[in-house]
Amino acid sequence: MPDTQALVNDFLNKLKKRKIEGSQATARQTAELLRSVISQQRVPYTNQAGALIDAVKAIGEQLIAANPVELAVGNIVRRVLHIIREEDLSLTTAAIGGLNLSAVSDDENDDDRDGDSTLSAAAVAAAARSTLRPPSLQTLLEDTPVSAAVPQTSSSGGDSEGKTADKSSRSRKLKHDVIEAVNELIQDIVTCHEQIAEQAVEHIHQNEVILTLGSSRTVLEFLFAAKEKKRSFRVFVAEGAPRYQGHLLAKELVARGLQTTLITDSAVFAMISRVNMVIVGAHAVMANGGVIAPVGMNLVALAAQKHAVPFVVLAGSHKLCPLYPHNPEVLLNELRSPSELLDFGEFSDCMDFGSGSGSPLLHVVNPAFDYVPPKLVSLFITDAGGHNPSYMYRLIADYYSADDLVVQRRATAGN
Amino acid sequence: MGAQKKRAAAAAAAARVSEDPDDLARQPLQAILLADSFTTKFRPITLERPKVLLPLVNVPMINYTLAWLEAAGVAEVFVFCCAHSKQVIDYLENSEWFSQPNFTVKTIESHNIISAGDALRLIYEQNVALVDIACLLKLVSLSRLKLATCYTLTICFLVVLSFKIHGDFVLISGDTVSNMSLTQALQEHKERKKKDNNAVMTMIIKKSKPSPITRQSRLGTDELFMAIDPNTKQLLYYEDKADHSKGTICLDKMLLAENPSISLHNDKQDCYIDICSPEVLSLFTDNFDYQHLRRHFVKGLLLDDIMGYKIFTHEIHSSYAARIDNYRSYDIVSKDIIQRWTYPYVPDVKFCGNRATKLERRGMYRALEIEQSRSAQVGSFTVIGYGTKIGSNSKISDSVIGEGCTIGSNVLIEGSYIWDNVIIEDGCELRHVIVCDGVIMKAGAVLKPGVVLSFKVVIGERFVVPAYSKVSLLQQPTVHDSDEELEYADNSSGTVEFSSIQGTADQSNGEMTSESSEAHKPKLGTGGVGYIWSICEGGQEEEWRHSVAPIPEDKLTELSEAMDDDQELVTQDRTALSTSGELISDSNASEGDDNEDSKDDSVYFEKEVEATFLRAVEENVKVDHVILEVNSLRLSYNMTSADCAGAVFYSMMKLAIKTPHSSASELQQNTANIITTWQKLLKSYLLEIDEEIEIILKFEEMCLESAKEFSPLFARILHILYDKDILQEDAILRWADEKEGADESDKVFVRQSEKFIQWLREASEEED
Repeated sequence: MPDTQALVNDFLNKLKKRKIEGSQATARQTAELLRSVISQQRVPYTNQAGALIDAVKAIGEQLIAANPVELAVGNIVRRVLHIIREEDLSLTTAAIGGLNLSAVSDDENDDDRDGDSTLSAAAVAAAARSTLRPPSLQTLLEDTPVSAAVPQTSSSGGDSEGKTADKSSRSRKLKHDVIEAVNELIQDIVTCHEQIAEQAVEHIHQNEVILTLGSSRTVLEFLFAAKEKKRSFRVFVAEGAPRYQGHLLAKELVARGLQTTLITDSAVFAMISRVNMVIVGAHAVMANGGVIAPVGMNLVALAAQKHAVPFVVLAGSHKLCPLYPHNPEVLLNELRSPSELLDFGEFSDCMDFGSGSGSPLLHVVNPAFDYVPPKLVSLFITDAGGHNPSYMYRLIADYYSADDLVVQRRATAGN
Repeated sequence: MGAQKKRAAAAAAAARVSEDPDDLARQPLQAILLADSFTTKFRPITLERPKVLLPLVNVPMINYTLAWLEAAGVAEVFVFCCAHSKQVIDYLENSEWFSQPNFTVKTIESHNIISAGDALRLIYEQNVALVDIACLLKLVSLSRLKLATCYTLTICFLVVLSFKIHGDFVLISGDTVSNMSLTQALQEHKERKKKDNNAVMTMIIKKSKPSPITRQSRLGTDELFMAIDPNTKQLLYYEDKADHSKGTICLDKMLLAENPSISLHNDKQDCYIDICSPEVLSLFTDNFDYQHLRRHFVKGLLLDDIMGYKIFTHEIHSSYAARIDNYRSYDIVSKDIIQRWTYPYVPDVKFCGNRATKLERRGMYRALEIEQSRSAQVGSFTVIGYGTKIGSNSKISDSVIGEGCTIGSNVLIEGSYIWDNVIIEDGCELRHVIVCDGVIMKAGAVLKPGVVLSFKVVIGERFVVPAYSKVSLLQQPTVHDSDEELEYADNSSGTVEFSSIQGTADQSNGEMTSESSEAHKPKLGTGGVGYIWSICEGGQEEEWRHSVAPIPEDKLTELSEAMDDDQELVTQDRTALSTSGELISDSNASEGDDNEDSKDDSVYFEKEVEATFLRAVEENVKVDHVILEVNSLRLSYNMTSADCAGAVFYSMMKLAIKTPHSSASELQQNTANIITTWQKLLKSYLLEIDEEIEIILKFEEMCLESAKEFSPLFARILHILYDKDILQEDAILRWADEKEGADESDKVFVRQSEKFIQWLREASEEED
């Protein structure tokens, strides 16, 4: 499939050269890429789900390696893997259910099938349990019955012709279902802003003062949604040095008629006592409820905690990362160019290594992100509603399957 | 008939080539990348590997340039390979650059190119050839020649087609690191081009202060002076070889006269990234003596006011751009990369197939699979490549270590660049050095600052390599080219030499023969292989300027003392230049600057005039022609007509003295003859009385200094000049009046000609 390979390479290039900015755009493009990978993937006769999973994993691994800082890529890859597993499982259950019915009907004619039918009944029970299972730690640790169920159904099939027809339709069905589900995922990513913004009125009240740092599409939409519902409130925008995204946010807010006050990042502590709520965006939300956010956020969170101001983080579900921040695979930060901080020309004489000891005396560190520990976060608002930081792991278990978390590590270690 | 057809076809082809400007704007951006610096600064390393493939923080330099071009939206790059072209082409063919979707890299190979100018001329010729072949093809199809001919022609056509420059292009050399966005510069260039067809080039510059002590930029290049029009950003003056000993630079007066305001900078760094219009290629062809892009092309264009081509500048502020010109800039740019000024082209971003590297605290970059002893100390701003092993108690700081190196225990590495597969045994010390691939350092060897070890050199046990020495397996080329700028000149011989030495080295390893080790033994210690090159042309003086090592303290103090002296001189002359002072043309601020130079100039001018005059006498050139020549000299030296008169008179007198004579009267006769013959020439400069006085003064000066033989004849020759109507009586009288108040010594000649003056006075009174 030369087509997909070219697409993959193109996307890899963009990721490597940091040409895609923002987790939403990255997430959407990753999902679209994986969708085309799945649709082009030829599915073998048996174990279609396995083939799809392998294909997605192979590409996902490259994508994650291309820009390890952008966690959204890994999140989407894992989401798609989870979708494939889920769809496969539901198809299996449906098939077993169908078979069971036929077995029951056969039962009247032939008593030889008794042993088989009891076996398949057990499988059905297991499968049914797993489809309905709540994603608890216990079931995640339990051996998944999928692999056991598939060969059993094939061995217990009564007439072979009907079975092959059933198979081919099933393979098409699986791919179709998976693509449908990925489409839904893309739709979710695209509409996550609106879904989060819908909840705005529940959180922003009349005459409140909201503080935010830097610029985030999600926060912008959230504030607009509240404004549209005729809430009147004021916004303090911390400028978000050194990229000064806050300036852009302030501009947009003013354009929509919101009362806005722009402050420096260092003035946050002084202003926080007048603030009713801090609402910020995030780069990623980790499994423990910790937040990776633009630099300066920890300072805001600490100030908010000191003055008991609620610290609310808005994050689309594509930002939920199933990894823990202490995981060595997670690259928490990216150091950007010092030129965002200071003018090269003005400082060029400080960096003249020709004279002096030859080692630079001036170090400029420009990290892109901060880590905000879960205890500083009051509430997460995702497209699925508001959650406590301690509930994050549970939400994540809904979206990801436990197998995929580990797989990534094995793949990279094997590389 | 045939000729007519040809013309028609040519016209058609021309029409196709020169499409309307809007169409050109839509064309994909192209770049010419010169994969050769045409210098010898990186010798001896560049004898074995082209400069563009040398690793810069473990990635070949050309990858930085290509990655940037790709990111900046360039669609097509022509890589021009000269020295070691095979290596460059092989590397590119095996790299990922040939398989990029929207980015094509094409290589042009040529071996008989010795400069950037030649390279551009070649590209232009191929462009033109394209048009010719297009015509031919049309002809062929018209006249229905044999199919076979048609076929071969088509092949030629296709070959040439691949090197076509459509419109504006980026001219860059393969050793440039940048992360700037081209969009704005390109747009500015296009807009200027639309308004003014002569705006052929936009030069990218960046602010960077030069060191006040060493008078060189932080990249190790000479201090650069630029005059830029602050409004239009036009480049008016470019001087990278300013003479610091005088502490002044000369600006053409016309610059100040013609431009309402200019700003003069010495804190700008030339990034060697140029956006050029296609005319630039033809300019190089027209001026076949242009070799160097800056020294010849830019300066030539700035001086040439006939064609009126203009160069503009675009200053970048937040982004980075620098060219690696020498070892010092290699060091500085490496450090800039490690300090992330070049983001996203930094080691931990995989911009071009580099290995996965993790950035840890204090600017430490570590690739995977490194074996590091617990007791080894790896300091800040260090890059360690894939699969390198570091022994116990070794200390590494501010250094770049390549892939697959083995570093023993108790090794000290500081500010050094160690490339791939280097073996450093226990107890070695390396400070501020470059060590190329495959070098082996035996236990206890020490490299002093500024040492460069080329490929596969072996340093013997406990051997101390002296500072700034360059060691290579190849012998230093003994015959120096007259033109030291030629990199590749003895390149072919270099490779041959290399293989032969390789052979002997292998032999010595295999058989332990005494022959080769004997040759090296005194040089590099026991078991050492390689030659220490003697310090090259520039001498010790230049070595410390361009090496990777920081400038030693004593040099700095020496220089700063020298500079203090300079400073005094400069303050005396009131010519201290502010870093970027703005000079307004109608003020007389520049006068002071000019004084010193004009003195020099007038001496040269006098000599030139004299030479012209003597030639005219010898070859019997017509007076009119001499006048023309002297006039042109006057324009080029920017002299007044009084200066001309003085100079002409001076040469006439000189001639008179040189003509053989036995007595004073004969000399007087000679003088009279010459004055009669050439009076027209002299008169053409005597427009006003001031010039005449100038002549008398000049004569007086001559009599006192250079031609004392005239002194007894002063009054008589004055009389002759009066008789021939060269001097008017007013002039003589004014001169006499001026001298009235002078010292006694000055009055010698006034007194001598007192009678004559007396007579003149009386004559004029009588007339009244």
